[in-house]
Amino acid sequence: MKAGLSIEGLRVVFDDFVAVDDVSIRVEPGQSFGIVGESGSGKSTLLRAVGGLAPKSAGVISLIGAPDLPEPGSRAFRRRVQMVFQDPYGSLHPRQTVDRILAEPLAIHGIGDADRRIQQALDEVGLGTGFRFRYPHQLSGGQRQRVAIARALILEPQILLLDEPTSALDASVQAEVLNLLEDMRRRHGLTFVMVSHDLAVVTYLCDQLMVMQRGRSVEKLSADDLAQSRVAEPYTQRLMTASIGFRRDRTETF
Amino acid sequence: MTVAPASAETWREWLMSDRPQSRRQASLGRAYGAWRAFARNRLAMAGLGIVLALLLMALFADQLAPYSPTVGDLRTTRLLPPSAAHWFGTDDQGRDILSRIIYGSRITLFVVVLVAVLAAPIGLAVGTIAGYAGGLVDAALMRITDIFLAFPRLILALAFVAALGPGIENAVIAIAITSWPPYARIARAETLTIRQADYIAAVKLMGASPGRIVLRHIMPLCVSSVIVRVTLDMAGIILTAAGLGFLGLGAQPPSPEWGAMIANGRLYVLDQWWVAAAPGAAIFVVSLAFNLLGDGLRDALDPKGVK
Repeated sequence: MKAGLSIEGLRVVFDDFVAVDDVSIRVEPGQSFGIVGESGSGKSTLLRAVGGLAPKSAGVISLIGAPDLPEPGSRAFRRRVQMVFQDPYGSLHPRQTVDRILAEPLAIHGIGDADRRIQQALDEVGLGTGFRFRYPHQLSGGQRQRVAIARALILEPQILLLDEPTSALDASVQAEVLNLLEDMRRRHGLTFVMVSHDLAVVTYLCDQLMVMQRGRSVEKLSADDLAQSRVAEPYTQRLMTASIGFRRDRTETF
Repeated sequence: MTVAPASAETWREWLMSDRPQSRRQASLGRAYGAWRAFARNRLAMAGLGIVLALLLMALFADQLAPYSPTVGDLRTTRLLPPSAAHWFGTDDQGRDILSRIIYGSRITLFVVVLVAVLAAPIGLAVGTIAGYAGGLVDAALMRITDIFLAFPRLILALAFVAALGPGIENAVIAIAITSWPPYARIARAETLTIRQADYIAAVKLMGASPGRIVLRHIMPLCVSSVIVRVTLDMAGIILTAAGLGFLGLGAQPPSPEWGAMIANGRLYVLDQWWVAAAPGAAIFVVSLAFNLLGDGLRDALDPKGVK
């Protein structure tokens, strides 16, 4: 069973600072949706608001695609929507073994058969039995991120929120993790909402994307549009130019 | 499950393994790593040795003490200087001071353990709850902490003992009540940095209740710094207990409490110096041992220091 995600008029305010202002997106079940923008554009906050980690001051977040889908904040919603964080060094508890980290979501939701599920989750992300009783400090960045992905997937969610899942990893490991994510999406019929500042990563993984700047949605386009440079907004154009990399003859235009 | 290996060398390898095969092996390996970091510190090992000796002394006081701690012979053994028969001399009641110090270790340990057991959990709970909850709960809990912190420890203990009546149990309660605020402060400060971490956000996202997050994810990270602080405070606790005893508000005669023994020896301190010197030295050695132990524990347990 698949589920999609709908956000209408979302607004997130911290004290006097408007982090996300009137943003609406619709992610169809099974789709992969990318959100790009520079640092501070509110893209991560948007994701955290969906997960209930940032305060929502206006707007409606709901699951779509099937009848009787749970409301945000409920237990059932949490089981369906999970998240992978940006920094694999900060997202795993430093004093817990991989085994404990993976057992925690099962214990919270009262799911039995923990032993087999943990084993299966580790196998799926390509970590063998040797890793099960290690502490995070005994793992590399890529391995940690695999554990984080296993933790998110062990509850068998339908929507996975990805907060720059590869930006803290070096290039070769980045590709491995992206392939793993794509593989997981196909195998489990997951819906992805991914935040990144890296246009290459987003075009690789996502069908649809939204460009954000200063908490507002600038432009929505498909990956094909982006690949063929069919962009309307000047900000998106600048972002594209920036992602191509540094060129001496282009620096004049900034 | 793996079969436990036989020889010492394979034991070491089993403990230090990079790929533990079970929960037990992983936690034992971690404990062994901390122990190795601790054992490298000679002074801390000396402190641990003294504390263990104190423990054994209290345990086997009946076997170790050559004389009765409470009954002396007023006619023949009053205020004798140190000798082969009475290593630390005798006091004004003719009681052997060595025996009294050996039995007094029980009272010292009783005070230290009870204060730690009462104060540390209170401080840890108040601090982590205040830090995690924030807002009004935080403000209320921390102002209460401030109020307790504003009282001079000995004076508040005095007031308590005066209200509840003198005795070692009331002294312990008084000390415990005045010693938890620093632990609450430490735990709160640590919680404030931990609560922002992504691993806490991750369990929150999974739907963990605040109680579960505090108890299972935040407290384990605060425990080590609180343990270190408690150990470093032990010296102060012993001194406060001795101070109350010295003022006659702690342990009551004839119980051989070290502070009370010094108070007793004060009358003869110029001519019969050993009466006050021996318990004074005992307090000094044990306080120093706890300080050394605490220092070593800080190096071994500090989550920021060792990986």
